[in-house]
Amino acid sequence: MKFIRNTFDKYKPLFDKGGKLEKFAPGFNAFDTLLFVPNHTTKQGAHIRDGVDLKRVMITVVLALIPALIFGMWNVGFQHFSQLGEAGSFVDYLIYGSIKFLPMVAVSYGVGLGIEFAFGIFRGHEINEGYLVSGMLIPLIMPIDLPLWMLGVSVAFAVLIGKEAFGGTGMNILNPALVARAFAFFSYAPSMSGDKVWVADAASIDAISGETILGSLAAGKEAGYSVLDMFLGYIPGSVGETSVLMILIGAAFLLFTGIASWRIMVSATIGGAVMGLIFNSFGVNALMDFPWWQHLLVGGFAFGVVFMATDPVSAAQTDKGKWIYGFLIGFIAIMIRVFNGAYPEGMMMAILLMNVFAPTIDHYVVEGNIKRRKNRQKNNLETA
Amino acid sequence: MAEEKEALFSKKNRALLSDPLNDNNPISVQVLGICSALAITVQLKPALVMSIAVLFVVIASNVIVSLIRNLIPSRIRIIVQLLIVASLVILVDQVLKAYAYDVSKELSVFVGLIITNCIVMGRLEAFALANGPWKSFLDGVGNGAGYALILVLVAFFRELLGSGKLFGFEVLGHKAKDIADSTGLYALGYENNGFMLLSPMALIVVGIIIWFQRSKNRKLIED
Repeated sequence: MKFIRNTFDKYKPLFDKGGKLEKFAPGFNAFDTLLFVPNHTTKQGAHIRDGVDLKRVMITVVLALIPALIFGMWNVGFQHFSQLGEAGSFVDYLIYGSIKFLPMVAVSYGVGLGIEFAFGIFRGHEINEGYLVSGMLIPLIMPIDLPLWMLGVSVAFAVLIGKEAFGGTGMNILNPALVARAFAFFSYAPSMSGDKVWVADAASIDAISGETILGSLAAGKEAGYSVLDMFLGYIPGSVGETSVLMILIGAAFLLFTGIASWRIMVSATIGGAVMGLIFNSFGVNALMDFPWWQHLLVGGFAFGVVFMATDPVSAAQTDKGKWIYGFLIGFIAIMIRVFNGAYPEGMMMAILLMNVFAPTIDHYVVEGNIKRRKNRQKNNLETA
Repeated sequence: MAEEKEALFSKKNRALLSDPLNDNNPISVQVLGICSALAITVQLKPALVMSIAVLFVVIASNVIVSLIRNLIPSRIRIIVQLLIVASLVILVDQVLKAYAYDVSKELSVFVGLIITNCIVMGRLEAFALANGPWKSFLDGVGNGAGYALILVLVAFFRELLGSGKLFGFEVLGHKAKDIADSTGLYALGYENNGFMLLSPMALIVVGIIIWFQRSKNRKLIED
């Protein structure tokens, strides 16, 4: 540790004002503060400064993603081999999965951070660390067989239009990871939906069927997987979203560290359950008949609720607003996927939609609060 | 009169032509006429035809209104203007139907909707009613060209990235069902961007153009 600190201190003057490499200071500082707690101190007034800065928060979310990530890589191998009817060991699956998945992570971080660095240096502001999480989320919500260049284009679009156009981290109105997915979904539909993309190499090997549960339900067939499979995640799907168990471990970690909002998680689950119950009571087609609690286990619902809906930037800020925001996400997500079988991505659309409405919700919550307090004051004056 | 002494292409008159191309572009600065910019920019050809149609209507209506501007009672001026614009649009529509039926079909209702194009009415109200015919003519050319410029730019990117063509010509190679039969970029696994064909992407492309323009043009930067 001491050695790294010393190295940083040795080269720091180069990047200071007037130094040779002043231009690249944002990049240097980003690495420095990533590895060490920054030693900034407040110069005016009384402030309490916590060691937990934005980077610590982001790293915590990445840590919470690790269980889903490792399981996702294993599942990529497992789905591939088991659909082919071949047996493999735990390590085989994991190695196959990582060979498929790690390039996606590399592309996502490479393209995304490259753009962030370029903007940081060009505009002369500090590099925002928000991309640490987005860069990990993006490959986790993509199908494993997505060509890497498509992933790169989607990442570039998400960072440029989803974030930098609005002013960078903390200013974006939409969740950047979902912007990337929505862009890929509408741009390269054949590579993002259908039966052939969710299991590695399904497109080139006929033996693999690779249908997702929502896909087969939309086609009017049985789900074809047991409830335990759905919960543990032994099903085809985007890389990181299949295992509800692993996502719950991540959720517990996020809630324990106090980073994600439990209000959003709870209310989104309730919202999904309510809509599921409504559909169950009609039960016209296979998707409507699908038990409401199983709706919560498939189609990235859990992943969206835990890691996407709770994004502190694009979510509602007020406590009451969070309840409304979360509830509507769950409610609309199930509605979209049932009413339009071609859009099993209901979760993605619901979160993006509510991202747009989050400021409106907050506005009315705050207005309502002001009104109530005014009334109370008036009543107090009258009675006094 | 002072107006007649002024040279045909004085500095002021040249500004009438050049301003709408950049500093005061009807689409990217005034944000008018967006609806047609979103609807008919999937391909270059209809976009170009639409641009020419709008260019004609703006110029002709500007000149006509300017000629009779002193005869129009101001209470009913909007109706008179609409009448002139509508007649011109019908003229354009009939010509298109006669000589370019395919494009006319592609443009469908949007030719008729030139009547409601905010740029046309905007120029009549803001300029032609208060200026002479020559100036109005220049203003019409400038604004029509400014509109055409953005339309063609947007259509260029949308057709190139959305269907890999320019004016229907396959510039990026031929895409066959089997990748082995494809040529050009498609042989390398490239695929068209389907999002480009949807209207939201037109809005985003216009947005990117505005972003780019504002970062280059210092005059447009607001506090």
